[in-house]
Amino acid sequence: MTSLIDIKDMHKSYVMGSNVVKALDGVDINILNGEFVSIVGPSGSGKSTLMNMIGCLDVHDSGSYHLDGVDISDLSDKELAAIRSEKIGFVFQGFNLLPKFTALENVELPLVYRGFSHKQRKKHALEALDRVGLGDRIHHKPTELSGGQQQRVAVARALAGNPPVLLADEPTGNLDTHTGAEILTMLDDINSQGNTIILITHDNLLAHRAKRRIEIVDGLIVSDKGAK
Amino acid sequence: MVILQSLKMALNSIATNKGRSFLTMLGVIIGVAAVITATGFAMGSTAEITDSIEALGTNKLMVFNTSRQSNRDMSYEDFKEFTDANPELISQMAPIVNGNSTVKYGTSNGDFNILGTSPDYADIDDAHVQEGRYILDLDMEFRQKVAVIGTYVVNELFEDTSPIGEKIKIDGNVFTVVGILEEKGGGQENSEDDMIIIPVTTGQRIFKNARITSFEVLTTSSEVVDEAQAAIEDYMMSIFNSEDSFKVYNSAFFLETLEDITGTMALILGGIAVISLIVGGIGIMNIMLVSVTERTREIGIRKAIGARKSSILIQFIIEALVLTGLGGIIGILLGIGAIVFIISRFVTPVVDPMWVSLSFGFSLFIGLVFGIFPAYKAANLNPIEALRYE
Repeated sequence: MTSLIDIKDMHKSYVMGSNVVKALDGVDINILNGEFVSIVGPSGSGKSTLMNMIGCLDVHDSGSYHLDGVDISDLSDKELAAIRSEKIGFVFQGFNLLPKFTALENVELPLVYRGFSHKQRKKHALEALDRVGLGDRIHHKPTELSGGQQQRVAVARALAGNPPVLLADEPTGNLDTHTGAEILTMLDDINSQGNTIILITHDNLLAHRAKRRIEIVDGLIVSDKGAK
Repeated sequence: MVILQSLKMALNSIATNKGRSFLTMLGVIIGVAAVITATGFAMGSTAEITDSIEALGTNKLMVFNTSRQSNRDMSYEDFKEFTDANPELISQMAPIVNGNSTVKYGTSNGDFNILGTSPDYADIDDAHVQEGRYILDLDMEFRQKVAVIGTYVVNELFEDTSPIGEKIKIDGNVFTVVGILEEKGGGQENSEDDMIIIPVTTGQRIFKNARITSFEVLTTSSEVVDEAQAAIEDYMMSIFNSEDSFKVYNSAFFLETLEDITGTMALILGGIAVISLIVGGIGIMNIMLVSVTERTREIGIRKAIGARKSSILIQFIIEALVLTGLGGIIGILLGIGAIVFIISRFVTPVVDPMWVSLSFGFSLFIGLVFGIFPAYKAANLNPIEALRYE
C-alpha cells in the first residue's frame, strides 16, 4: 500500500483577538491508500483544523504535507483549488448542496470545475448517484429530498470525480440515528470498493465504525489504533 | 464550460428573483430607453429639417440686407440690373418684403403674413397657384393691388364664396384676390399656407418700412453657386462699403449649421446616457454586493469542491453582464416602443442601429466595470470562513 497522506510535524496557529491559538502543535499522520480512518476529538481539539489541512482548504505554518505524492506546502491558491478538485471529495455535516440545483446538477458541479465535457459530466454524475442508490431521484432539488437522501447526494458529489480521498466531516450530525447508520453503512461499502475515507467526528461511537481511529486533543495526536 | 454554466446560473438566479432583478436593472433600462427615444426624436427632426433645407435647392442663395442705416438701401431695380448683367450666373431673383397685417373680408378678419415679392418667387420657392393666376410683371410695374393667397387664409376668411375676384382689405388698402396657392404646409397657421403674396412694389408702398430685407437668388446651376455668391458679395460691397451690412447664405451654410446643432445634441444625449447608465451601474454593484454576502456559503461550497478564484470571478461578472445586458435589451425595446407609439406622432422618428448598439454595448461595459468589484470580493472569500457562514 502506498502512502496517500503523509503529514510530518504539522503546526498551525490562529490569532484570535490578542491570543495565539495553537490549533495543531506538531501532528504526524500517515494514511495509506484504501484505509477507513476516523479522526476523533472534542470540540476545540484541532480536528477541524486538521480536516481543513488535509482538505487543502488552508495551508500549514510549518512541517510538511504530501498528498498522493504532491507536496502541498507553498502551493498557490490556484494550485490548491486544482488539488481539491482532483484529489478531495468533501462530505459536510450540513450537506451543503446548492438549493437551486437538482441532485444531478449538484453532483456534476465539481466536474464542471475540472473541465469535463457535458457528456462526461453526466456519465460520471449518474454513476456516482447510482453508487449511493439515488439513480431515480436525479432531477429532484435538495428541498424535495429527505436529510438522508441529501447526504447521499453530497456523497455522490464527493465521489463523482473519483478522488483518492473522501473527507467526511460529521456526516451523520444532522441525521437521525437510523439514517446516520445507513450513511455509515454506505461509507463502509464505498471503502470496501477501494476509496480512502477519513471521517472526522467528536462521537467516539461513530469513530469506532472506522477500522483505524486517530484521537486528537489540544492539537496533538494522543492515540492511533487499528493501523495496518 | 464554466462560462456556459455561469450563464445558465445567472439566468436562473434572475428568474428566481424577478422583482429584485427588475429593480436592479431599472437604472440601465431607463438609461437605454432614454437614449433610444431621445436620439430617435432628435434624428427624426434633424432629418425633417435637412429635407426641407435640401428642398430649398442647392443652387439657391439668400442675400440679406443687414445694414442699420436707411440711406444706404438696395432697390429691386438696382439688384435686378446686377442680376440681369450676370445671366451666366443668375437665372432668377425675387425680392422679399415681409409684414404681418390685419386682413378683412366682409365681416371676417384675421392677422396673416404678407409677402411682397416678384413673379420669379413662384419658381424659386416652388409657390405656384392652384387656381387663378400669379402676380405678373405688369402688376409690379403699375403697383397693382392684387393678392395671391394661401389655403389657410382662404379657410379663415372665405366660407363658401370663391375668393378669386373678391376684394380684401390689407391694413385698409383694398386688394383683389387673383389666385390661390397650392397647399404646402397642411393648411396650418404660420405654415407656408398662412401667406398673402403681393407685388413687391405695392408692398413697399403700403408698409411703412419699405425696405427690401432680402433677395432670393437662383443660380443657373449648382456648380456656379460659389462663383455667384462671390459676385453678389462684390456687388454688395460696392454698394454698402461694409461687410457688416449684408450677408449672403447658401443652403450648404444652413446644412452646416444644422450639423453643428445635431453634433451638440448628440453630445448632450451621450452625456445623459453615460450618467444614467453609471447610476444604473452603481445600483447593480450594490445589489451584487448584497448577493455576494447572501451567497457566501454557496461560494464556500464551490471553492471546497474545486472552484478556482477565476471561476468564481467569471461567474459573478457574467451575472452582472447578464443583468445589464438584459436591462439593455428591455431598455431598447421600451425605447423603440416609445418611438413607435409616442414620438411618431410628432416627427417621423429614426431608430438608429448605431445608437442602439452603442447603448447596448455601453450597458454591457457598465456591467463589467461595476461587476468586477463584487466579483473580486466573492472570488477572494476564504473558503473555510465562507463554509462556516450561516
